[in-house]
Amino acid sequence: MTQIWSNPDVQFVVWALVKIVVILFAMLGVVSYLIYAERKIAGHIQARTGPNRVGPLGLFQPIADVLKLFFKEEFMPAEANKVIFHIAPILAVVPALVTFSVVPFGPSPALVVTDVNVGLLLFLAMSSLGVYAITLGGWSSNNKYALLGGMRSSAQMISYELAMGLSTIGVLILAGSLSLSSIVAAQSHWWFVVFQPLAFIIFMLTAFAETNRAPFDLPEAEAELVAGFHTEYSSMKFGMFFLGEFMNVIAICAIAVTLFLGGWNGPGPPGLGMLWFVLKLSVLLFCFIWVRWTFPRLRYDQLMNLGWKVLLPAALLNIVLTAVAVYWGSHR
Amino acid sequence: MRTETMTLNMGPQHPSTHGVLRVALELDGETVVKARPIVGYLHTGMEKQAEYKTYTQSIPQTDRMDYLAPMSNNLAFCLAAEKLLGIEVPPRVQAIRVLLTELTRISSHCMWLGTHALDIGAMTVFFWAFREREKVLSIYEHVCGARLTASYFRVGGLAMDIPEGFLDRCRTFVDEMPAHVDEYEAMLTKNPIWLARTRGVAILSARDAVALGATGPILRGSGVQYDLRKAQPYSGYETYDFEIPVRTSGDAYDRYLVRVEEMRQATRICDQAIRRLEELGPGDYRLRDFKYVLPPKEEVKTSMEALIHHFKIVAHGFFPPVGEAYQAIEAPKGELGFYFVSDGTPRPWRMKVRSPSFVNMQTLSVMVEGRLVADVITAIGSLDIVLGEIDR
Repeated sequence: MTQIWSNPDVQFVVWALVKIVVILFAMLGVVSYLIYAERKIAGHIQARTGPNRVGPLGLFQPIADVLKLFFKEEFMPAEANKVIFHIAPILAVVPALVTFSVVPFGPSPALVVTDVNVGLLLFLAMSSLGVYAITLGGWSSNNKYALLGGMRSSAQMISYELAMGLSTIGVLILAGSLSLSSIVAAQSHWWFVVFQPLAFIIFMLTAFAETNRAPFDLPEAEAELVAGFHTEYSSMKFGMFFLGEFMNVIAICAIAVTLFLGGWNGPGPPGLGMLWFVLKLSVLLFCFIWVRWTFPRLRYDQLMNLGWKVLLPAALLNIVLTAVAVYWGSHR
Repeated sequence: MRTETMTLNMGPQHPSTHGVLRVALELDGETVVKARPIVGYLHTGMEKQAEYKTYTQSIPQTDRMDYLAPMSNNLAFCLAAEKLLGIEVPPRVQAIRVLLTELTRISSHCMWLGTHALDIGAMTVFFWAFREREKVLSIYEHVCGARLTASYFRVGGLAMDIPEGFLDRCRTFVDEMPAHVDEYEAMLTKNPIWLARTRGVAILSARDAVALGATGPILRGSGVQYDLRKAQPYSGYETYDFEIPVRTSGDAYDRYLVRVEEMRQATRICDQAIRRLEELGPGDYRLRDFKYVLPPKEEVKTSMEALIHHFKIVAHGFFPPVGEAYQAIEAPKGELGFYFVSDGTPRPWRMKVRSPSFVNMQTLSVMVEGRLVADVITAIGSLDIVLGEIDR
């Protein structure tokens, strides 16, 4: 028995599994309290108090929310494609969770599930997968509004992914690595947001679009498309889409912190790294919530124009500028 | 390539048609080829019912037409009946009526702003605007006991006198309102997304606006300076100092600016009305002509004459002369007119309501044809319609 445990391969697998379980449960907790935070912040922005009935300061509200969702009736429209209708909500959650496997939460290797050497690519791949959940969910519901919502979102996410991917290239040129741990290490003196302000802005803008958050929440535009792609979803299937959206927000903010805001780097001993990471993440998450409750929604064609005619050329320009600067710097 | 248009039925159950409006849209992709509003889902036959009620009994019905501006409906009804009777209410009553209808304008515009912004995705403005609307509703409750269905005005006066502390309460609200309008404007007026969604969208030219009979902010947003408070003053509006905001491009953004400015002007009028009432002090809250108006309760208990008047009016209502009368007011949504034909009995032979929402809504097709589906929502929002008034 002891022989098995001393085998390094077994140790690696068990250790990774432990980390996965910890991340999974931590994320569920974080998401529920992010929803609580969003409701509280939205309340204060709108001159209300937000949830304050369940437990002290309404802190048990997330538990009540989840319980409510579980007790709701599961409804499936007639003529819906059953298999895909079931798979779509799962697809909404899983890619977001996978992204966390490459995010370095702190300095020690113990705080990264697995330091893949193409971590950034994995993140881009996973954020692309998210679009399937929405498209398939909208298509399989057999509902005009849901279909339109799903179609809009696929067009939107594909257009914004390009700009997002290109905006990260500047960081790659500076760091010289696709591994997120190395990117963080390269920012020990200066955060990349200092050298790449344009890329940071593009990344954040596209992040709003990628996660379908206001002002780019067209796929679920309540006013026009009822509830968009999740019109026909109820109970915990709807909850999964909700969970997926918030996990995506956290994931994309975590990546933004890693790429541009120095990851876990910060003053004080390295032991404080995780704290710094959480702090920076919270600031970005607050911005996401703040923007959502402040801005109106763009129209579909305006959204497309912004993606293709503004953000994409700007991202390309940023790459050229970065490349020239780096070349000039190394040949001086 | 041969293409086909798609017909999309928006409503009558749809979150942003502001009630049970149905719009049959013919779409080419996301472009609207034809938009046909279909009404009648909320028809309650109020005009017909009025023929079976005395004039006073019909007042509560008017609350339910434009239920976002009950006092304005009360006023239009009472003014038309007063015109038929050939009576005019005392200046104090006029000032109270002006004060309350201008507060109604603010509350109605708050409701419009909130829902219009909500349709375009700005959720916070909705809550802010409702916060102020709530204050107006509390003022209603203070003055007449009802928050939504006021029924406060009567032919020849008011149902009862204004309560103690009422003017102070209005004063507080009127003083703080301009700052709140600034807040709404801070969220929207220069917001690039708001500009992109409303500027140049749902355009209505001045010629079309006049041809289709549009009134109110719709007409003034298209550059026609026409406001019944100035053009055909009633209730002493000619003695108040206020401006009529006009914008020229006729798009949703200009209608937005017109209404926001109207809220500011309404607070100015309210301010003057409160001053006037403070100067006048306590006094009559109705005309002392007991052929048409209930005599005071004290007199009913002590005077034979008053008791007879009371009995006559309560038992079968007042008798207007044979004839007809039309009186329109500038309601928050446009020209609201009541037309009575009297055959000399206590019940109108015919009542006809010229409701602004109904007439304004026919501009919808002109506004949205050739534009995108998302603009239909903006157009309906900027029209500010109330279905209770459209179907009556």
